[in-house]
Amino acid sequence: MVLASRDYCIKRAVPPSAAKADAPLRMDPALKIVIVDENPVRAAILVDGLREAGYIDVTWIAETTRLLARIYSLDPDVILIDLENPSRDVLAQMFQVSRAVKRPIAMFVDQSDAAAIEAAVDAGVSAYIVDGLKKGRIKGILDLCISRFNAFARLKDELERAQTALGERKVIDRAKGILMKLKNISEADAYALLRKTAMNENKKIAEVAQSVVTAAELLK
Amino acid sequence: MTQDSMRIGFIPLVDAAALIVAVDKGFAAEEGVAIELAREVSWSNVRDKLNIGVFDAAHLLAPLAIASSLGIGHVKVPLLAPYMLGLNGNAITLSPGLYDALLAAADGDLRNPKVSALALGRVVAERRGKGAEPLTFGMTFPFSTHNYQLRFWLAVGGVDPDEDVRLVVLPPPYMVDSLASHHVDGFCVGAPWNSVAVKLGIGRIVHFGCDIIARAPEKVLAVRAAWAADRTADRADVLQRLLRALGRAADFINDPAREDEVVLLLAAPNRVDVAPEIIRGALNGRMPMALDGSSRSSTDYILIGRDGAARPEPAHAAWLYAQMVRWKQTALSPALLAAAKACFRPDLYDAALGPAASAKAPHKLLDSVGGFAGPPFDPDDIAGYVEASRMHNR
Repeated sequence: MVLASRDYCIKRAVPPSAAKADAPLRMDPALKIVIVDENPVRAAILVDGLREAGYIDVTWIAETTRLLARIYSLDPDVILIDLENPSRDVLAQMFQVSRAVKRPIAMFVDQSDAAAIEAAVDAGVSAYIVDGLKKGRIKGILDLCISRFNAFARLKDELERAQTALGERKVIDRAKGILMKLKNISEADAYALLRKTAMNENKKIAEVAQSVVTAAELLK
Repeated sequence: MTQDSMRIGFIPLVDAAALIVAVDKGFAAEEGVAIELAREVSWSNVRDKLNIGVFDAAHLLAPLAIASSLGIGHVKVPLLAPYMLGLNGNAITLSPGLYDALLAAADGDLRNPKVSALALGRVVAERRGKGAEPLTFGMTFPFSTHNYQLRFWLAVGGVDPDEDVRLVVLPPPYMVDSLASHHVDGFCVGAPWNSVAVKLGIGRIVHFGCDIIARAPEKVLAVRAAWAADRTADRADVLQRLLRALGRAADFINDPAREDEVVLLLAAPNRVDVAPEIIRGALNGRMPMALDGSSRSSTDYILIGRDGAARPEPAHAAWLYAQMVRWKQTALSPALLAAAKACFRPDLYDAALGPAASAKAPHKLLDSVGGFAGPPFDPDDIAGYVEASRMHNR
């Protein structure tokens, strides 16, 4: 990923009217949003989502060194942080009475809306807002954030499955080649043999193929 | 035996030992409690997941359990602490430069926390005179003993923690890096991070936490009050069995013949995941203080389930509440004090572990905490204690 390790700032000089039609209903382009996420891909997905929705002032903080000082200098209305980030505890300090804080920050929680909190925790994201900011103004941001986090989790899952499948195919190809050479059989027969053995032993074809490859290595 | 299942969150620290051993040695399963331990990266996550019911119980900073019960700094979710997972276990580490400055300014033996605190006071005053940047110290959470121990020590040296220095929250794994890169001049944190800084030559341990507060209420097992009160599921019975499993785990941990096994259980990748020797040092309270090979050993460094450490003391809850009042995290009110005390539940501990277990409380201190300076703590007079502490440090 060729994203700068420094704060990554995106400001678009577009009028709010240019926002796409699918923008959240309570879209509020003037809000200053900070995203704290060590995962550059997920952050990019979220930044894009917010831009598409018309939020023009979005800053991504990738590095958490001196996190609080960076946040104070940006003076955001909304802070979004991923739950895998140990620096979440640093944000707890923002609730303390301190002269370093220009505006007090509160966690986005609404005791009447347990489902929203659970959805956020499930998706792996947490939101903090300037105290006094109407919850309705950021509901759209949080919803968008949750859906983008979930989309990222699905993407990651699919990628992992694709990589596993690719790895398995390579092993099966090697095993087929070994069998074809040793037993002097066709590719189709080699595959049929792997498949039959897997069924008999109640294993995956890739596992049987791996055994063939391992055995061949040992017998070299 | 049918098993009641529980999901319990923990932070990978040595004082999660009783939970880890109760699960991994099968004590919980033998009591009919099937526990899934969930490793977390921040106290905020542990608190939130406990609050919304993703976790049934959690390894939690004792002051955070009280803050949550009182609704300080976050949503109010009443919690109960029927078992102390650990007392003490922290240390204060300084950069070599600051340590040397204290040594030069010290009027006596730096191992005496009164001497070190006064020396720090002189260093801070001198820096102010020269117009230097204020010193910065790291701690783990606003509602943590680390925060309160640092403040207690600073205040005795005449240093106002909110005016004369900067206190910043840092996740424990980032403490060492922050000291190395001079973002902080010192920190108060639990094992293994003090030892790690010492071994890298970038820090010197100036005090064990027990030098500052002899018996500091560090971590609790916390459950939601609403969870415990659910009669349809007979939670009282489940909780008793869980506490018995923790009691057995604590005995196992304190059996010298089991030391190697305990160390290996804790060192596992899905548990604390640090080198076995560092865990052994923390459990035994024996660690290097500086690169020159000097080391120190204290049986009070960390107390897990021995010397009456596991039984929650409402006076400890009151002391933590008094710290919140003293450092202006909340207001003083009889209702809040009563709620704080009610968070710690020795009755639930006694019901599960019996009078034999509760009789094991031999500590001989003037009060329940044993601060190295200041007035003795009176849980029935928080206002007087806070005022006397201020006067003492003037």
